[in-house]
Amino acid sequence: MSDALLEVKELHLHYPLKKRHLLDKPSAFKAVNGVSLFVNPGETLGLVGESGCGKSSLGKAILNLQTPTAGEVWFQKTDISKLSNREMRPIRRDLQMIFQDPYESLNSRHTVSSILEEPLIIHSLGDRNQRRKTVSALLDQVGLPQSAANKYPHEFSGGQRQRIGIARAIALQPKLLICDEPVSALDVSVQAQILNLLMDIQQDMGLAMLFISHDLSVVRHMSDRIAVMHQGQIVETGNAEDIYCQPQHDYTRLLLDSIPQIAQ
Amino acid sequence: MSSIVNRSPEKAQAKPDACLSVSRLCVSIRDPEQRDTKGRPLSSEMVSDVSFTIAAGQTLGLVGESGCGKSLTAMAIVDLLPKPQVYQSGGEISFNGQRIDSNDPKALKALRGKKVAVIFQDPMTALNPVQRTGQQIEEVLKLHFPKMDKSQRRQRSIQLLNDVGIPSPENRIDAYPHQFSGGMRQRLMIAMALAGEPDLLIADEPTTALDVTIQAQIVALLKKLQQERNMAMLFITHDLALVSQVSDHVVVMYAGKIVEQQDVPHIFSQPRHPYTKGLIAALPAAVARAPKTKLDAMPGQVPSIDAMPTGCRFANRCEYANERCEQEAPELTAHETGEISCHHWQTINEASTSGVSKNV
Ligand SMILES: Nc1ncnc2c1ncn2[C@@H]1O[C@H](COP(=O)(O)OP(=O)(O)OP(=O)(O)O)[C@@H](O)[C@H]1O
Ligand SMILES: Nc1ncnc2c1ncn2[C@@H]1O[C@H](COP(=O)(O)OP(=O)(O)OP(=O)(O)O)[C@@H](O)[C@H]1O
Ligand code: SF4
Ligand SMILES: [Mg+2]
Ligand SMILES: [Mg+2]
Repeated sequence: MSDALLEVKELHLHYPLKKRHLLDKPSAFKAVNGVSLFVNPGETLGLVGESGCGKSSLGKAILNLQTPTAGEVWFQKTDISKLSNREMRPIRRDLQMIFQDPYESLNSRHTVSSILEEPLIIHSLGDRNQRRKTVSALLDQVGLPQSAANKYPHEFSGGQRQRIGIARAIALQPKLLICDEPVSALDVSVQAQILNLLMDIQQDMGLAMLFISHDLSVVRHMSDRIAVMHQGQIVETGNAEDIYCQPQHDYTRLLLDSIPQIAQ
Repeated sequence: MSSIVNRSPEKAQAKPDACLSVSRLCVSIRDPEQRDTKGRPLSSEMVSDVSFTIAAGQTLGLVGESGCGKSLTAMAIVDLLPKPQVYQSGGEISFNGQRIDSNDPKALKALRGKKVAVIFQDPMTALNPVQRTGQQIEEVLKLHFPKMDKSQRRQRSIQLLNDVGIPSPENRIDAYPHQFSGGMRQRLMIAMALAGEPDLLIADEPTTALDVTIQAQIVALLKKLQQERNMAMLFITHDLALVSQVSDHVVVMYAGKIVEQQDVPHIFSQPRHPYTKGLIAALPAAVARAPKTKLDAMPGQVPSIDAMPTGCRFANRCEYANERCEQEAPELTAHETGEISCHHWQTINEASTSGVSKNV
């Protein structure tokens, strides 16, 4: 376990609650409440749990986009949980996230090509010409036409925007990718394309993933291990097949039972 | 145009008129960079000839590939297309017998105050980030129920948040949207849409961010409201299992056109269009696969809007395509249980039922 790519120890992320009265003690909402987990190089850890249980908060705390309240995040043998934004910059190249809400995370005033080029520029990768080539290859990979390059995010459908977010996250060929509901806005055929793409990159580059989703069948398909989160804590972890076939926690069972089937 | 009204006689008897009727709707997009000889921007048609009706108390499911024009169709119905770049370029839309589309000069006024609500696909584009959630719901209540007083509105807002499964709503009501999780924002949108007690609800991917347990709760809530108030619903989703549970009828779109429509048992038991067949075959449950193996993605891509083929738009991905398909666009044709747009549908479906090889 010591050679894990990512190791999270007793991580907390608390959001301060507004005081109702002047004399109230300051209180906080514990969105992430003591989470420990690890991800090995090239491995996929699935993270499932009900809406609002803290999955996105955990992802953001690991990436240090929200500074953790307490705990440690070891990535490639460095504790990144206390680094400043500037110190995080070189590390971000290896640690990327696909955000749940693409609209929120894409700069609406930039064209798709400048959105995809930006990380390449920040990390000074390639000259202008090479960057153009990378952008064009990225569009291909996520199934968007080349004409997408000169358009703005609002000119795309929901599923297409999600794919722009995916292209940006894989542009730097990170070592760990946190995928927050990467395919839930996509229809089955595009979903299959994207999942295949992620598995390809994983094989080619030894990418590790923390794969957040509420869709258990997708998580099962993608993951080596699965962690189940409930109210800010991990309540169950294990091999993907074991969790799927012999769920221990009540919530896991409920999740499995509620998967909709085609009504005949 | 087919009528969905008569297909489910028990329900339809209560209120037999079409609540929403969309007839030959076209939506076009202007490309500011391309101009014709007179210097006017050129536009291309993204949604072509889309027609359907929904009766009160009924749900129409709208499915189709990402980018095929589902949201544009929804936006056109409520006259919220981002004009002038995107605009309705043809067709008529009526609500309870009255024109409401932007092609009719009197229509704009008619829509105002009408009981039509939308759940948008992107919650953050529709929510006001600097207004507390409670206020946003209360504004809808103010508009539709002017007699409600302040404390009644607050009570009702809490009730609505509770109905959509937001835990301890009385503490959440004063929070801002960014303090909600992805799925909670989506539920907030649903609560706002239901606040006005609509006669027609347009739900664009309303449950994509929700886990199945909460999705089941929302679907039950929508069905209950539908029964109590005879609400009509247009339900847009890419989740076929979900669509089979909520809809009476399903319309399948591909690249801006309707390729097939059928009532719910039949669209799943006898899908007739090659695209519908492919969609159903790609369902994770349909094929048991070993983990971490490749999924069968439908090969190829939707044609891009500036390069729409003259023939069948599905031809480049269709295993049954022949020369005729490439030259001539198929028309929607009626059959016993619905409509289909495919030159070879009869041969294809004979072949697959009798197990003969698929050469057409
Ligand atoms: N900026 C914030 N301020 C206050 N509370 C927040 C903030 N962001 C999230 N929360 C709260 O923390 C909890 C966990 O949110 P989070 O977004 O991590 O959930 P999630 O598991 O990703 O849910 P979903 O599946 O719906 O996306 C929620 O109750 C949410 O309201
Ligand atoms: N404002 C806009 N400007 C230019 N093009 C647009 C605009 N909105 C949508 N489009 C284009 O119109 C097409 C249809 O978009 P629409 O949002 O209706 O798709 P959709 O079927 O809802 O897809 P999804 O399932 O991904 O949400 C897309 O190819 C998109 O690029
Ligand atoms: S018309 Fe031809 S190409 Fe189109 S769906 Fe039918 S068989 Fe396939
Ligand atoms: Mg989330
Ligand atoms: Mg859409």
